[in-house]
Formats: sequence, structure tokens, C-alpha cells
Amino acid sequence: MIAMAPVFCIIVPLAAAFASVVRPLPRPLVGLAILVVLGLTGMTVAEVWQQGAHRIPVGGWQAPLGIALVVDGLSGALLATTALVMTAVLLAALPEFADRDRETRKGWAFWPLAFLVWAALNAAFLSGDLFNIYVSLEFLTLATLALVSLEETAEALEAAMRYALFALFGSLAYLLGVVLLYAAHGTLDIALLSQADLQGTNSIVAAALITTGLAAKTALFPFHAWLPPAHAGAPAPASAMLSGLVPKAPFFVLIRFWFDVAPDLPGEAALQFIGTLGAAAIVYGSVLAMRQTQLKRLVAYSTVAQLGYLFLIFPLAGGDGLSQVWSAGAWTGATFHAVSHALAKAAMFLAAGLVVHAAGHDRVSAMNGLTQSMPMTAFAFGLASVTIMGLPPSGGFVAKYLLLTAAFSSGQFIWAAVIVAGGVLAAGYVFRPLSRTFFHGHVQTVAVPRRQQAVPLTLAALALLLGIVSSAPYAFLQTGRPIAAEEGLE
Amino acid sequence: MIESVFDILLCALIVGVALAAVLGPRLFSSVVFFIVYGLFLSVAWTHLGAFDVALAEAAIGAGLTGVLLVAAVSRLDRLGVKEPAPAPPVARVTSALAAGGLSGALVLALWSLDPDGTGLAPVVEANLHASGVRNPVTAVLLNFRAYDTLIESVVLLVALVGVWSIADERHWGGEPGLRQHARPDGVLATFGRLLPPLGLLVGVYIVWTGTDDPGGAFQGGTILAAVWLLLAMAGLSDAPAITRRRLRLAVIAGPGVFLAVAAAGAVGGGFLVLPTEYAKPLIQEIEAGLALSIAATLALLVLGPPQRGPR
Repeated sequence: MIAMAPVFCIIVPLAAAFASVVRPLPRPLVGLAILVVLGLTGMTVAEVWQQGAHRIPVGGWQAPLGIALVVDGLSGALLATTALVMTAVLLAALPEFADRDRETRKGWAFWPLAFLVWAALNAAFLSGDLFNIYVSLEFLTLATLALVSLEETAEALEAAMRYALFALFGSLAYLLGVVLLYAAHGTLDIALLSQADLQGTNSIVAAALITTGLAAKTALFPFHAWLPPAHAGAPAPASAMLSGLVPKAPFFVLIRFWFDVAPDLPGEAALQFIGTLGAAAIVYGSVLAMRQTQLKRLVAYSTVAQLGYLFLIFPLAGGDGLSQVWSAGAWTGATFHAVSHALAKAAMFLAAGLVVHAAGHDRVSAMNGLTQSMPMTAFAFGLASVTIMGLPPSGGFVAKYLLLTAAFSSGQFIWAAVIVAGGVLAAGYVFRPLSRTFFHGHVQTVAVPRRQQAVPLTLAALALLLGIVSSAPYAFLQTGRPIAAEEGLE
Repeated sequence: MIESVFDILLCALIVGVALAAVLGPRLFSSVVFFIVYGLFLSVAWTHLGAFDVALAEAAIGAGLTGVLLVAAVSRLDRLGVKEPAPAPPVARVTSALAAGGLSGALVLALWSLDPDGTGLAPVVEANLHASGVRNPVTAVLLNFRAYDTLIESVVLLVALVGVWSIADERHWGGEPGLRQHARPDGVLATFGRLLPPLGLLVGVYIVWTGTDDPGGAFQGGTILAAVWLLLAMAGLSDAPAITRRRLRLAVIAGPGVFLAVAAAGAVGGGFLVLPTEYAKPLIQEIEAGLALSIAATLALLVLGPPQRGPR
């Protein structure tokens, strides 16, 4: 039964979503669903910790005929991150969306969509089959699309439409690539494909399509245009999911593809090219974040920048670098970044949501005097900023430190410069709202109870904690990695 | 020789119609060409012997998507939205070059494939006896790769939640779409009385026969949805309010039954395991639930978000 815990991490959120379609769940049941999925995620993580990585054949059919789920350190860590962020998001959404006398459009639609996003993320993180990943990502995209269009504004609808076009382009490109691989190798299973000989025109075209499609879905520069309006236009709890968790799913698939399926395929030029796009995202996203006058837009542009770091994994750990001592550090740095950014960014969006709610508007000036009026939220925003800037002792620091050491050990100083510059730029865009929290004269129109303020604060504290007790998560992430990783964190 | 002339003609038609859909001067003509394109594709699938895919393409690719697109275009007309000016030449040339480059790369990739590759067909054939059904496509969709189908059935539900979530808040709790009127002695009303019994029979038959022959919940469900839509468009039966409990249960019945079977297996030690001796009844149960939900969901997608009421 414990071995089936990962499967129930998909089943239970789905069941909760179906139930909420029929009728919005009362608060105690929402709480129960959250607790059950949290427990199941905990059991999954414990199982990986004790037994190591393992596969679950769905339907009892072995690959290539059937689909296999893969539970290893990376999927376990992302499952756990998803569970923590989703718990915070659902708790933060209760006041806005739950328990009305009369069912409303938003109050009804949010709950099934949120539980579906949770199920879709877990499905994507557990999948070991390229076509099943396509189905899971489509599922995720459609659910997030509906969340983007939840606000009744023309901008939100336009943002959703733009997101739909980018995401569908990404899905199609990915699917084309998967079809080509299946036609050549007769299997969709990641483990079986990793044993196949991936070479020649077919594999290169397939890999290019898969990478382009997933990069568009991860909002890598220059495919980022859909992200800021979509993430800034959604209700704050939805933004927290969209910005913190959702882009991590296509990125996770990219890692699976480049490090498990085709580690030998990419040439040095391709790796450097992807790294350059990541660097461009860091600089461009940060500069635009500095210029924003709307608080949620600023946080959304910060996501564009922070997602850029993830792609430094390719020049630092991919290709020939995979056999080098620094590769493990770079790989873990990027995956560590995925986790800590998820926690910090969700905290930041939830905090921003409270600020906007209290002030009644979305301009950066809503932060004025926040240390006086809402100290807990101001502190949450500050703590999350520490991780975003990559200052010690946060999870973001550990991630960037690992990437930085890998850049130095491999002699690729240019990436080290980008990482450092990115940290300085991040300080530039978070100090603007942060410094305002010390101003006088906050105009607070709505009082926000402490219970609600505690939610983003807890998430931000977790992101920080990840940097303080980093060795256990570091070791956990390595579980099931094909190449042993002892180097990196001393 | 005749066959290859037919093939060449069909391919030329498919490409020609696709180009007409993309380059069409007006939205409406593009939609029409898109529907024709789906029908030609369906002919191509039939010609390749992939009858299940042909059915699905005709029913969903051409039929349902076509109806949705026509509805969207006529709604734009009704709202008085002007068609956007054609994109500037630079943008058109760039996208043509990008699409051409992609096609070129695909041709190269396809060229390097083994023309005699069989994929997993032999493995499916070898395990068919344990699947509970005789149609290999159904065996893949509802047993070997049932997990994909489970998620796909949820995707349909997500689409409906998405459509409803952009409703006007004032009409929440009302009926989907606009009230339909048809002349009681008109063609639509006559068809509305004549066709539904036949449609029901064909729809249910296609769902039922899917275990052994081409057919199944998606194709049959689409026909059942068409029956409901015909009744609604003929003004003979109005859709219930979207908050009605029974309607919502119908929408989740299919994915719900599917998930229950999956969960029962997981408790017994194997996620989505269908024991061979029970596989056929379990698959039929899932297909029946799915057909109901697919029919309801597709019809509700066409009717759109609530636009009147609540009373």
C-alpha cells in the first residue's frame, strides 16, 4: 500500500476536483483533502529516502507496451514542493473563494481547477513515458489557462489567449518530436529510449522540436512574452501556482530528456546557445522587473529572470560536461533553484496578493508603510526576496553557489558573471518595493487577519530553511541519478 | 497504379485544402476549409486502414471542432467584431519561411526512418488475448495505456470548467447558450423529431461495438452529443441550468468511474490493473460512463457558457 502512495498523489487531488465540480467542498473537506495529499507526498518522499528510486508499471504492463511511473529524488522533491506550495495556495484562497451563501462563478471554478493543477503537476513529475508526459502537460496547460482567465477583465482574457497560443505551439512541437522518436525507436519509455542509440537526422530534429516546445512552455526568453500578463492578471493564489510551480513541469521534462534520454546527443554549440537564452532571460527579465509600476507585474517579470537560471544547467552540466566532477553540482544547483524559487515566488505572490487586497490597488506604492501596518506580510516579502536575490543562508543562495562553483570549476567564467550580475539585478528590483515598506503613511482600506498573513510567511521561511539545512535535500535530490554526485557542496 | 494515383490526388487535396484554410481571405472560409480538411484526413486514415482514427477525426476533428469554430465565427459576427487586417507582408513571409523550414526538417527526419517500422503493433498483438477486448485500438486505449485515456477524459472536463469559468457572473446558475427557436413545421424541427431515435441507436451501437470493432466512447459519445444538440437547436428540449446536480454528475460520471477502477486496482496492489477475466466488463463499464460524460461535455462545450437566467 505504501508503494502506491505516489499513485494516490494523483488519484486523491483528481477525486477532490471531481467532487468540487459537483458542488464546492465545505472547508473541513478541503482541509482533509490537503492533509491526505500532504501525507501521501510525505510517504512517497520517505519511500524514496529509504528504498531509493523505483518504477511503478501502470496497469501491470511493462514498458514498452505500458506506461511506467518513475519515482526518484528529483520527482520526489518536486512532489514535495508542489504539496507545500499547493497547501499554502489553497489555504490562502479560502477567504476569497470559499463558503458563499450562493454559488458564484469564481467560487465554483477555482476549486476544481486548483485540485486539477495539483493532480496534473504530480502526474507530470511522476511520468516516465514521453507521450504520457504530453498528455499530463496538456492537462496542466488547460487547467492553468482557465485560472488565468478567472478575473473578469479584458486584459486577463487577452493574456489567457496569448498563453494558449504559446502553450499550444509548445505542445505541438513537443508532440511532433515525440512522434519522430517513437517512429524511429518503437518505444515512448524514457528508460528504454535512454538505451536506444539516439543519433542522426531524426533524433536531432526530434530533440530540437522537443526542446523548443518545452522552452516555450517554460517561458524561456524569447518565448517569455505570455508570462507576465498571464501571471500578473490571475487572482493572487492562482498566480502563486502559475509562477512558482507550473513552469517547473516542462523544465523537469527537459531535464529528463537531456539528462536521462539523450545525454550524448547535444553538441557544445547547442548547450551554449540554450545557456545564452537563459542568460538573456536573467538580464532582460530583471531589467523589465525594475521598470514595472504594478506590483504583481514586477513579481511576474522576476519569474522570467529566475527561470533563466534553470537553463544554465545545460552549458554547466550537459553533454561532455556530464562526466565531469562539476556536473553534479551544476545539476543539483539548477534543481535546487527550481525548488527554492517555487517556495519563494509563491510566498511573494501570496504576500503581494494580500498587499493589493489591503491597499485596494496594484501599484508598487501599495507597499508604502507596510512594516507598520502589516509587519508579517512585509517580513514574508522580505524573506522571499532574500531567496530570490540568492543571499545566504537561503535556498536560492545554495542553488546559485552550486551553479557558481560549477561555472568556475569548468572554466566557463561568463556564466559565473551572469549569475553574479543576476543577483545584483534582483536586488535592484526587489529593493524598490521593499524600501517602500519603511515609508510613512500606508493607506490600508481592508484589514487582513494574521492567520492569512502567516501563510506567505511560512512559505518564505521554508525557502530560507532550505538553505540552512541544505545537505539532506541535496542528498535526496541525487537519489536515482545515473551518475553519482559527491562533489559540489562542501 | 490506380491506388497510387488516388494517393497522390488525396495528398494534393489535403495540402491544397490546408493551404486554403491558412491563406483564406476571411475567417468563415478558413473554417469551412478546415472542416473539409478534416474530412479528407478522415478519408486518408480510412485508406490507411486506421478506421478508429478515421472515425475520431471525422467526429471530433471535422465535426465537433467545426461546429465550435462556426459558432465562434457567428458569435463574432453577432458582436460586430471586425476581422483584423491581414498581417503585414514581412510577418507573412517570416511565418511562411518558418513553416517551410519546419516542414523541410520534418521531411528530412521522416526520410531517415525505416519504412518497414512496425512500432509496437506486434507487442500489442501478442498481448491482445490478455486485454479482454479484440479491437487492438481499444486494448491500447483502455488497457495497455488506459492511464493516458484517464487523463484525456479529465482534460475534456477541464475544458468544460474553463468554458464555464468565463461566463458572465450575472448568468451563473442559468442555462447554457441562447434560447433556440425553430419553426414547429420547419426542416430543423422535423429532423429534430426524426433523427434522434436513429442517432441514439447508432451512438450506443458504436460505443458498444468498440470492444471488438472500430468504435468506442469518444466516437459514439460525439454522435450522442449531436443528438442532444439537434434536440436543443430544434427547440424541442432546453438544456438544464449549469448548476443542476444531475448535469454535473453526468459530466464527471465517466472520469469518475474510470478513476474508481484505477483506485480500486491501486488498493489491490496495481494501479489501473484490469484482471484478464474481468477486463471486458470493466472496460465496458468505463466506456459506458465515458460515453455519457463525453456526450454531455461535448454538447455543453458547443452550447457555451450560461448566457441567460438564472430564473
